[in-house]
Amino acid sequence: MSSYLELTARQRIPAMFDAGSFEEFLPPSARVASPHLAELDSPVSFDDGVVVGRGLLGGHTVFGAAQEGAFMGGAVGEVHGAKLAGMLRRAIDERAHAVLLLLESGGVRLHEANAGLIAVSEVMRAMLDVRAAGIPVVAVVGGANGCFGGMGIAARCANTVIMSEEGRLAMSGPEVIETANGVEEFDSRDRALVWRTTGGKHRYLMGDCQLLVADDTAAFRAAALDAIADLVQGEVGLTLEGLLAEQDMLARRLQDADGASEPMELWRRLGVSDPAGVPMLEADAFLALAARHRAGLQPAASGTGER
Amino acid sequence: METLQFRFGQGSRPLAGNAQLVGVVGSGNLEVLIEAVPLDGACEIEVHTAAVGFGATWGAVMEDFHARWSLADARISINDNGATPAVVSLRLDQAVESLISPAAPSTGGTP
Amino acid sequence: MTGEGRWTVQQSNRSARLDRAASALGGALNGKVVDAARIVDLLHAVLEPGDRVCLEGNNQKQADFLGKALTRLDPQRVNNLHMLLSVLSLPEHLDVFDKGIAGRLDFSFSGPQAGRLAKLAQTGKLNIGAIHTYLELFARYFIDLTPRVALVAAEMADREGNLYTGPNTEDTPAIAEATAFKSGIVIAQVNRIVDKLPRVDIPGDWVGYVVQSPTPYYIEPLFTRDPAQISEIQVLMAMMAIKGIYAEYQIERLNHGIGFDTAAIELLLPTYAAELGLKGKIARHWALNPHPALIPAIEAGFVESVHSFGSELGMENYIRARPDVFFVGPDGSMRSNRAFSQAAGHYACDMFIGSTLQIDLHGNSSTATLGRIAGFGGAPNMGADARGRRHPSAAWLKAGQQAREGRNTIPRGQKLVVQMVETFREHMAPAFVERLDAWQLAEQAGMAIPPVMIYGDDVTHILTEEGIANLLLCRSDEEREQAIRGVAGYTPVGMGRDKRMVENLRDRGIIRRPEDLGIDKRMATRDLLAARNMKGLVRASGGLYDPPKRFRNW
Repeated sequence: MSSYLELTARQRIPAMFDAGSFEEFLPPSARVASPHLAELDSPVSFDDGVVVGRGLLGGHTVFGAAQEGAFMGGAVGEVHGAKLAGMLRRAIDERAHAVLLLLESGGVRLHEANAGLIAVSEVMRAMLDVRAAGIPVVAVVGGANGCFGGMGIAARCANTVIMSEEGRLAMSGPEVIETANGVEEFDSRDRALVWRTTGGKHRYLMGDCQLLVADDTAAFRAAALDAIADLVQGEVGLTLEGLLAEQDMLARRLQDADGASEPMELWRRLGVSDPAGVPMLEADAFLALAARHRAGLQPAASGTGER
Repeated sequence: METLQFRFGQGSRPLAGNAQLVGVVGSGNLEVLIEAVPLDGACEIEVHTAAVGFGATWGAVMEDFHARWSLADARISINDNGATPAVVSLRLDQAVESLISPAAPSTGGTP
Repeated sequence: MTGEGRWTVQQSNRSARLDRAASALGGALNGKVVDAARIVDLLHAVLEPGDRVCLEGNNQKQADFLGKALTRLDPQRVNNLHMLLSVLSLPEHLDVFDKGIAGRLDFSFSGPQAGRLAKLAQTGKLNIGAIHTYLELFARYFIDLTPRVALVAAEMADREGNLYTGPNTEDTPAIAEATAFKSGIVIAQVNRIVDKLPRVDIPGDWVGYVVQSPTPYYIEPLFTRDPAQISEIQVLMAMMAIKGIYAEYQIERLNHGIGFDTAAIELLLPTYAAELGLKGKIARHWALNPHPALIPAIEAGFVESVHSFGSELGMENYIRARPDVFFVGPDGSMRSNRAFSQAAGHYACDMFIGSTLQIDLHGNSSTATLGRIAGFGGAPNMGADARGRRHPSAAWLKAGQQAREGRNTIPRGQKLVVQMVETFREHMAPAFVERLDAWQLAEQAGMAIPPVMIYGDDVTHILTEEGIANLLLCRSDEEREQAIRGVAGYTPVGMGRDKRMVENLRDRGIIRRPEDLGIDKRMATRDLLAARNMKGLVRASGGLYDPPKRFRNW
């Protein structure tokens, strides 16, 4: 068992792609760093916190990126965002087999203000364009910093989201919710609550994440291969039908959650008999349980990537 | 931020291969980019560090680094976010080893 | 005073206090059991101005209900109390001084209250008698600091006053015995009063009063370290400790000071130490709190026995399931004992290893910082040569021989006392200094001598990321100083080394670098840890370990 969570972004790439196959665009030696951080007298990184490029996955040409959570929380600045968007557009130009995004980010890099905001929106637009070009997009969320803010939204623009239970996926961060709404609404220091609300198991039960694996690079790689193999057989772009089905699912989910103030209540409503025991289950046991109960099990119209 | 530059002439150990990067610019950490560059046998090191006023310490670390490896025609570029000398020396050695024996998986060299 | 009364003053006085309490409480006192609502009345009745009062402020458990009750006393009626606490941990421990209820303090450790203690001491509201080690303080309870009243905490009591402490026995037996047998009064707060106890930890004869507190007594999990926070440098240092010291001296019996450095050693036993073929040869018998980080080593068969000073929240079920390793009562729960464990750490262990904040050129080691009077806890007991020891062991003899080789002295053994520290701490503060902050603190706080945790005389090895300095082999102050400078890295102390001397010391094996120990620094990664996060520890325990909330994300 080799932990995905413990690896840096630069170590995750060779762990996910076929050995020695990855070619990096704008590598560190190109020194394309953030002009904004330099102006703020803040440390920069030679790759602005993201590795982008192209490699082989199971023999197919797959474009990919890995965000470095330890640098500024993986937050997206102008250069970081441009590297992501550029890689995505090149994937379309070169008719990639798929795109694999290893996400770990707090969202927009506030230091870079509007440049950061624009960057994230360009990434979202580019992801949807990749899908429209018939190329599946798979997002992997398994790092210690989670995937929040604009990148949380971006992750859900992918066809398939793969998570470990250690991973977290959300829009607003826990501290933000607590600051805005008070500690009774959300105690951001209650780590168990944070993971119940944003962690992989919850996301999987709610249908925001399509695949859950143990924190193991081999498991993540296998899941990515499986996901891509599945997706290439169908329609990966957005369709009206798919969007309407998604809207239905969301409406139902909102309704089913009415009055609940705690994730375990939602799981109970899904039919899980021992909600308190869910967090301690190992991946296999959890998946067996979830198979029977998770939301979004209704046959999904093609295009949403729901399984 | 402070920028420091060091140059060591007459190295005896040339490097070959693609540029490598080790480390991340997290709190208490640093990244080290190492490249084989013709420099008349010298080793040049440039440090951008968030910890200001430790020039003498960096100098001592680099002297010992050079005494260990005596690299020739090597450029080392560092972005530092407050790492202790122990971590700096560790990353420098990891950077050199990533070029010498590329099959060291834990150093996180360029994929 | 003449006649029989002359020799029974304390006993008569004790009876008078008990009578006062019976009068004041009336029906609220049922045998030994006191209504919680009347606790302040009880204390007003049994306490007299100037009394020595021992309050459990232990390292882990706190008699918090009784501690708070003390702060509600009327200083007109009860004042000038002389407080005796192992640990000043809660605000109310100092509130009694602010309110004029207490005036004098003898203690051992003050952790979270260290800053406020320093301020109060300066105001004159609080006079510090002395700072002690735990064992030293317990010892004085039997000589010249015997408590008149002891306020203790236990899990359960029966109506006869027998107490069950469960795993958190800690200081209670020592405190209760000294108090009970010198005409003192022991008052216990308990979580529950029951008909039959799982086992008797303190006999009812020793206990004067029992009160059921409205909420369970407070316990702090101080000995849990999340493996996710262990760094590569700490892994490297742990490798050096295992290969350069544990293996070298065959350390079978030991104590670890708490910290991430020692947690890294614990987590490297089933991996690195096992690879070196050391299972069954080192780390077999421990004086140690039940560190969760030790679980993998126990499961791997390294650890044969552990005696503990106190318990650790979350470890109860694991301990219950491993009675061959821990000290466990017939009821299945652990019994700890700080006094005995401290004595064990002093006399029955061959090595102490722990971290510190500052080391000077003689090897004196201090955790004192300005503006904080933190005290010592138990480290000096473990981290000192046991000059009263007589039984030999391989490690003890080897260390003694290294220290005395070539000198004209009678042969003796010596305990290994290892100080393990990174050369720089947070914010690039050097761990090696010419002059300890302890000197300045002593001046500031009016102490007789600077508060030193471990004296240089007792330190046998200093281990940093740069290597190990073996002070046993040094033969002069100068060699010793250079040996220390030689492992002080790039700190000003390290940079001030005599390079030639340091090289010579290295040639003689007095300084050993990782390479000299045959350690490949590239192996020093977190991959070597037997568990890399809290879940890993839980898994290693087969689900028996139940970490407290603050350490979990589930």
